[in-house]
Amino acid sequence: MERELKLMKGNEAIAEAAIRAGADSYFGYPITPQSEIMEYLMAQKPHERTGMVVLQAESETASINMVYGAAACGKKSMTSSSSPGVSLMQEGLSYIAGAELPCLVVNVQRGGPGLGTIQPSQADYFQTVKGGGHGDYKLITLAPSSVQEMADFVKIAFDLAFKYRNPAMILSDGAIGQMMEKVYLDPQVPRMKEEELPSWGTQGKKKGQDHKIITSLELESEKQEKVNLRIQAKYRQLEEEEVRFEAISCDDAEYIFVAYGTSARICQKAVDMARERGYKVGLFRPITLYPYPFKQLNKLADQVKGMLSVEMSAGQMVEDVRLAVNGKVKVEHFGRLGGIIHSPDEVFNALLNKIIGG
Amino acid sequence: MDIKDIIKEENLVYKRTNVLTENIMHYCPGCGHGTVHRIIAEVIEEMGIQEETIGVAPVGCAVLAYNYFNVDMQQAAHGRAPAVATGIKRVFPEKFVFSYQGDGDLAAIGTAETIHACNRGENITMIFINNGIYGMTGGQMAPTTLEGMKSSTSPYGRDVEMMGYPLKMTELIANLPGTYYVTRQSVHTPGNVRKTKKAIRMAFENQKLKKGVSFVEVVSNCNSGWKMNPVQANKWMVDNMFPFYPLGDIKVPQDK
Repeated sequence: MERELKLMKGNEAIAEAAIRAGADSYFGYPITPQSEIMEYLMAQKPHERTGMVVLQAESETASINMVYGAAACGKKSMTSSSSPGVSLMQEGLSYIAGAELPCLVVNVQRGGPGLGTIQPSQADYFQTVKGGGHGDYKLITLAPSSVQEMADFVKIAFDLAFKYRNPAMILSDGAIGQMMEKVYLDPQVPRMKEEELPSWGTQGKKKGQDHKIITSLELESEKQEKVNLRIQAKYRQLEEEEVRFEAISCDDAEYIFVAYGTSARICQKAVDMARERGYKVGLFRPITLYPYPFKQLNKLADQVKGMLSVEMSAGQMVEDVRLAVNGKVKVEHFGRLGGIIHSPDEVFNALLNKIIGG
Repeated sequence: MDIKDIIKEENLVYKRTNVLTENIMHYCPGCGHGTVHRIIAEVIEEMGIQEETIGVAPVGCAVLAYNYFNVDMQQAAHGRAPAVATGIKRVFPEKFVFSYQGDGDLAAIGTAETIHACNRGENITMIFINNGIYGMTGGQMAPTTLEGMKSSTSPYGRDVEMMGYPLKMTELIANLPGTYYVTRQSVHTPGNVRKTKKAIRMAFENQKLKKGVSFVEVVSNCNSGWKMNPVQANKWMVDNMFPFYPLGDIKVPQDK
């Protein structure tokens, strides 16, 4: 079946893609700039279209725990929020990772700290890829830079979450959530039938089988260490097999921008500006922020003279760029804060000042 | 006569339900949890719904309930059992879902989840064990600790001016339109055990009617936390807990 072409907001594209990906449930709480996700879902009556459940919870704490309950049944479950709300979900995310449950969480980032602003930001990178909640766990993290990717990443995120039994996050921002673009939508995937649900889920004890237990608790340290090691083994496999990135004009590049999401779009324009002026500049765009493309960036460091990490933050991903590059070339950060999106001019000038001329 | 001659099928007057596992419970001698577990399990067996039931264990003394109930079980974060149960019931509306929580879990850290699950009228069975104290963490003051009652964080007794008042969560949620059946029971005598079992049976039967929350509070003891032996603890419960938390139905289905 052909993909359907529509003009949609990023938030709407996520919601429509979730229905079409055969999601079983969405639990959410309103927060700007992502409320369109639940609004769109409610308006679409997905319980009539596919049988998908959509429920407005009393808080982000409740919605992530509703996701836990539904995910532990083996159902495709998701929630969405924006930065302050995602902070409230960290407890639940840690439990979901600890209980090894698959789910999708969408963070349409806004500026912080605190209540901050409702304008776009990329300052939740640390929270997303370095933990956020307690304990040793990781979130599979996909960073869309277009409305098309907002839609496409829903299915990819669910597939990865189920393959690894680990929560997956789409880390977007207010700009991509709110802007409208054309988007090709996949045809409807049917929801899993009861007999297709993964066998580890709590679906009612089956005759002759042990009862299923979903828990993140193990009081004996030796056993808890084994659980941790099993979870870590999944992460090593993720790091080997699931890294995604896009390298634009990098083949002959002497300098590169490293950026994801909205910042990558700005940098793409800055690459064009630089090339017009005779500078060989490329853009390296991590698509998975966890697992991060460390090896690919390290390899690029053998070829280029410097890298500028561009993020709408005070400098978070730049730490991973530096880890990847390991001192081979100069790595600097540039980014606007508080909900401001940097202009291509600013980004190009930062490259000139901090890397090329610096 | 050898004991083996006595333990015969025809002489059996009581048998452990197979809805409980053979795991040895970790609860303190004299604690009410084991009895409540047993009667929930018996109700599940008698209704023939072992394969259709999913339970949610709390954080607290009953955190390991999933090792004892021989049904599919989930363990929830502290206070979040009603949200977790909501998630389960919404994706499996035809299955029987119950949550099992203590007073710190249900009436302090999980107050919002409790009230909103009740107010939405989630079609679930909520079991609430109220012993007026945090048992697992070592006897700290709970939202339900009585005025003047000693605990490790109210060592001179609960001073309501400083620490606030004990919370009657069950009366509170009974006011919500989403609750269908709300009752308060105990398991300190055989007669009370029978009454509680009847209440729990009704709370599970109600899920078939899809009328909303059925909520069973069980006022229980905590002899370890209260620093008493089991007999003293039960007497103290009757003398002190029951006057403030009176037993009986609080909200009875009107359409039955």
